Amino acid sequence: MSKKIIYGVFEDEEVLLSSAKVLRSKGVRINDVFSPFPIHGLDPVIGIKPTRLSNAAFFYGLFGTSFAVWMTWYMLISDWPMNIGGKPNFLWIDNMPAFIPVTFELTVFCAAHGMVLSYLLVNKIYPGRKPHNPDLRSTDDKFIMEIQTAQNGKIGEDSIMSTLRETGAVEINQQEL
Amino acid sequence: MEQNSTVTVRQPLILGKKSYHQISEDISRPVEGKANRLFKIVFTISALLALWGVGCFAYTIGTGIGVWGLNKTVGWAWDITNFVWWVGIGHAGTLISAILLLFRQRWRMSINRSAEAMTIFAVICAALFPVMHMGRVWVAYWVLPLPNQFGSLWVNFNSPLLWDVFAISTYFTVSLVFWYTGLIPDFATIRDRQLKPRMRKIYNILSFGWSGSAKQWSRFEEVSLVLAGLSTPLVLSVHTIVSMDFATSVIPGWHTTIFPPYFVAGAIFSGFAMVLTLLIIMRKVLGLEDYITISHIENMNKVIILTGSIVGVAYLTELFVSWYSGVEYEQYAFLNRATGPYWWSYWSMMTCNVITPQLFWFKKIRKSLIATFIISIFVNIGMWFERFVIIVTSLHRDYLPSSWTMFHPTFIDIGIFIGTIGIFFTLFLIFARTFPVIALSELKTILKATSENPKQPHH
Repeated sequence: MSKKIIYGVFEDEEVLLSSAKVLRSKGVRINDVFSPFPIHGLDPVIGIKPTRLSNAAFFYGLFGTSFAVWMTWYMLISDWPMNIGGKPNFLWIDNMPAFIPVTFELTVFCAAHGMVLSYLLVNKIYPGRKPHNPDLRSTDDKFIMEIQTAQNGKIGEDSIMSTLRETGAVEINQQEL
Repeated sequence: MEQNSTVTVRQPLILGKKSYHQISEDISRPVEGKANRLFKIVFTISALLALWGVGCFAYTIGTGIGVWGLNKTVGWAWDITNFVWWVGIGHAGTLISAILLLFRQRWRMSINRSAEAMTIFAVICAALFPVMHMGRVWVAYWVLPLPNQFGSLWVNFNSPLLWDVFAISTYFTVSLVFWYTGLIPDFATIRDRQLKPRMRKIYNILSFGWSGSAKQWSRFEEVSLVLAGLSTPLVLSVHTIVSMDFATSVIPGWHTTIFPPYFVAGAIFSGFAMVLTLLIIMRKVLGLEDYITISHIENMNKVIILTGSIVGVAYLTELFVSWYSGVEYEQYAFLNRATGPYWWSYWSMMTCNVITPQLFWFKKIRKSLIATFIISIFVNIGMWFERFVIIVTSLHRDYLPSSWTMFHPTFIDIGIFIGTIGIFFTLFLIFARTFPVIALSELKTILKATSENPKQPHH
């Protein structure tokens, strides 16, 4: 049997969602879904784990806080202490209230930019990358489900296609791998 | 997703019978169409004003800031007034996209994109002023904590002016990436509609090769939510820190603890006014009346009443506290504002900021485009005067009566201010013709819940 990719084209995100549920109950593996906007509730159905980007953001933020604490300590307490407006500067903690704004800003700076850079990295999107959505209409008004026959050894492509048709796909396209 | 039952009692946020495809069409149209005459005329005027401003900047750099109207007593005047005014205007974008996202206010979706663009352009204009005021702009990098040949002599982390450096640069860059992550999928929509290879190539670069797979969307939503969560305290911190430039000093009229909340409310107030000024024109020119509806305008007007009233209460609180403090210098500072040589700026501020927005209590005025437009201009003017009053009237009566003086703006002061208005509008007009001005992918998610369509939105 030749290896194929089957694209089920839908016109409505809710129809696609219920179709995906039917296909999954029959044991069909859905490789990916391309849509013009996020479809809520789809991820657990097609087996996408929740992203850990927000955990990453937390640690980037923590780095920002620590960096700001180290920087203010090193520059104004350790390396060149100065009497500024009579503010106590023998220990970092004495001078700390004046450092809160910069610490806060650096925390936000590192958390936001670290997260966005990670996001671009894991999504593999950057200027000049070739888009890989199978159909140009998937960024406009069509919802496209991608199923690879190679991932569904036992289930025949005919049965996949008939299920797609029964559950509301308006168009089914195939592509030889 | 929110329940539909709560929405049905409200006005629809998208008018007319729209399909997903229609939304893409309507929002891509300004990008794909040709500029009309009116656009070209307005663009030329803005670009000329911007050029004039650039010329005045160049003259300032070449000659020194002595070309401004500043003197020994009034060391901050139009420059810092304009800085605070522009930064304040820049607050509405992040407020709309971040705070209203966290509050699940769906009406933000039609306006957040252009409001964020406005934020970014306003912060660019704002940042020009303190940088110029440094005088020797080529050593502007001295504000950064870099190792140097002076010992190393580090920057002073105790100073609110340095906090400003960190706050404004964080605010600018974070707003920029927040705006751009939202733009990526919409650029992809425009990219996939283009027939000309050149346009396709440009929009593919802008869209970072976005394909809209399920994983990408799942990460997209997470990033949007976390960035909104980070931007919310950020936007509040920025104007708080700006207000500390004044509040941590010992000048009567500046040295007050009320400044941070009062400045933040004022910033949102002026920012919403500027959003209204721009959007009332933009929805008409770009034909987006179905997306930026009267109920959107009405909602923004309600925010203006709230923040305008907070500002009004703050003005009255300042007056009361100066009397109640029993400090005669403090009392004089406020008496002088209202009755001294700058009485006209004080009363312009009071009229524009306290009285005019109260007209929005009338539903008819709140829903009228012309009235809203006029009042939004009044608020813009009033908020400029607020900063002028705070800065100049507090400084012009120095501790020694022999140094009392007045501030007179020079040709260059005025030229720079008008120039930044030109820069702002030039950037905004370029944005309106090349970027998707409404977050179209986000708008599609609420189409079913809040449009005039019957049950099924397409076919």
